[in-house]
Amino acid sequence: MTLLRLRDVDTYYGEIHILQKISLEVGEGELVCLLGGNASGKSTTLKTILGLVTPRAGAVEIDGEDVSRRKTSYRIAKGLAIVPENRRLFAPMTVHENLEMGAYLRKGASSEALERVFDLFPVLKDRRRQLAGTLSGGEQQMVAMGRALMSEPKLLLMDEPSMGLAPILVERNFEIIQQVHQSGVAVLVVEQNANVSLSIADRGYVLQTGRIVLADSAKALLANEDLRKAYLGR
Amino acid sequence: MHLPLAFNAELFIQLLVNGITLGSLYALIALGYSMVYGILKLLNFAHGDVYMIGAFTGYGVLTLLGGPLSPSIAIAPLIVLMFLAAMVAAGLLGVVIERFAYRPLRESPRIAPLISALGVSFFLQNSALLLFGAQFRSYDSFVLGSKNPEFFEPGPLTDALFVVKNVNVQLIQVIVLSTTVALMVALTALIAKTAIGKAMRATSYDREAAAMMGIDTDRVIATTFFIGSVLAGAAGVMFGLLFSQVFHFMGFLAGLKGFTAAVVGGIGSIPGAMLGGLLVGLAESMAGGYLGGRWSDLTVFGILILVLLVRPSGLLGTRAIHKV
Ligand SMILES: Nc1ncnc2c1ncn2[C@@H]1O[C@H](COP(=O)(O)OP(=O)(O)OP(=O)(O)O)[C@@H](O)[C@H]1O
Ligand SMILES: [Mg+2]
Repeated sequence: MTLLRLRDVDTYYGEIHILQKISLEVGEGELVCLLGGNASGKSTTLKTILGLVTPRAGAVEIDGEDVSRRKTSYRIAKGLAIVPENRRLFAPMTVHENLEMGAYLRKGASSEALERVFDLFPVLKDRRRQLAGTLSGGEQQMVAMGRALMSEPKLLLMDEPSMGLAPILVERNFEIIQQVHQSGVAVLVVEQNANVSLSIADRGYVLQTGRIVLADSAKALLANEDLRKAYLGR
Repeated sequence: MHLPLAFNAELFIQLLVNGITLGSLYALIALGYSMVYGILKLLNFAHGDVYMIGAFTGYGVLTLLGGPLSPSIAIAPLIVLMFLAAMVAAGLLGVVIERFAYRPLRESPRIAPLISALGVSFFLQNSALLLFGAQFRSYDSFVLGSKNPEFFEPGPLTDALFVVKNVNVQLIQVIVLSTTVALMVALTALIAKTAIGKAMRATSYDREAAAMMGIDTDRVIATTFFIGSVLAGAAGVMFGLLFSQVFHFMGFLAGLKGFTAAVVGGIGSIPGAMLGGLLVGLAESMAGGYLGGRWSDLTVFGILILVLLVRPSGLLGTRAIHKV
């Protein structure tokens, strides 16, 4: 079944046309990646999905329901969660409080959800009374990920999770993504790093200045000559 | 100017008591300023007028229940009712103001909601003017509950509750101070421990990120206005009980002083608003007592200017932690 579908979405910032007739979908339990260079509209796509920006045309559907006119909180309640670009932790709040915010619509953090996050990221257990803003970059990434998982989402959106991380942490990060995916959660991961993300994805889309220019299985995309030249040659 | 010849401990302590009482009131007003600023970066200049409406609501309840000279119920429940009605009315008013005067302008340039705030302020002042006229209305708290009001025998609120040496403490001062402390403890606990309190902190730090967590940030902002306005409503009744006189323009100066308290303490900071309120109240009382009444406002606003020059982020204000 299709969890998320964008139909011919056009998004503007003021008069600037950013997303142009974007259509994409993510099925239940799928791992899909959305590739694109700087300023191609990746984050805008995620914000459109969440309703943080309102598209001028087109529709956003979650679980078959058109949520185009719905608030962000309604969409999150339908089983979405996000690890935003730059993590966006609540720096003056503790790790524990950040995790609680992830479970806000669940009326607080259940101890099972907390245990699950601490199993995934054991360091966080010792740091849970620490202010999130004082953590290292790698730890902050864990909190951002744990926070998103606190709501036990059906679909996890990730905006450039490997940005600003050391290579060893990028690898660890993708292992976690894979682990989450294998537990049955669908994932839509936005990346510039095509190699790593395609290697774990089922399918991929390529975004270029607000248009989807390629959509294929991950395997086919990895073999695609044009994409190779544009992204993988680095 | 009449400088005391020798340090008079009794005068000092009396001014201290008065200053702390006054400071409680300013602190309550400052909290609303600070909370709203923290979450919207908006100076809600209508806040002083919400306080004024709170004061008039208390006056309305008092009048409906027989008036100060012959109240139809005992004065303890009467005062509780006055507080509750004023707090609810002010709280709802705050929500309505946010909904109709600020929310539609949230994406506009920052000057727009500021102008809207001034508009709401004038609107409320003139509404009160139309409803209650330009004259002072009196709580008559001096005789409230008195056995012989016609002989101006003081009632239990203003009669000296206890006198130590020559320092006079009134029941009303005790009520004001203890109510303020209770409200502040409740507010602090709410913000530290409850889900809505945490959502308020998250929303004021990063509204979009809060929305990404599924927090209904519109609701959180409305709640913030509600709570801040409830506190202002309580302060309005306190003013009426302490100084008796309420009038349509009373929110102007009180609003400025609450704003001063918020800035002095560090706008956006809850403990800062409490501290700032206390300092402003003490400064006003001390300047009035030692230098004469016309020095009190000058001193308060002098402190504002001084703090802005020396420490613009306020005493307890922190520079925002940089986002990574
Ligand atoms: N709030 C905004 N107002 C105006 N323009 C914006 C806004 N946010 C993004 N843009 C513009 O929209 C375009 C797409 O931005 P977006 O953030 O979606 O790109 P991206 O693919 O996520 O880029 P990056 O890899 O740098 O994160 C950019 O040209 C950007 O400048
Ligand atoms: Mg981006």
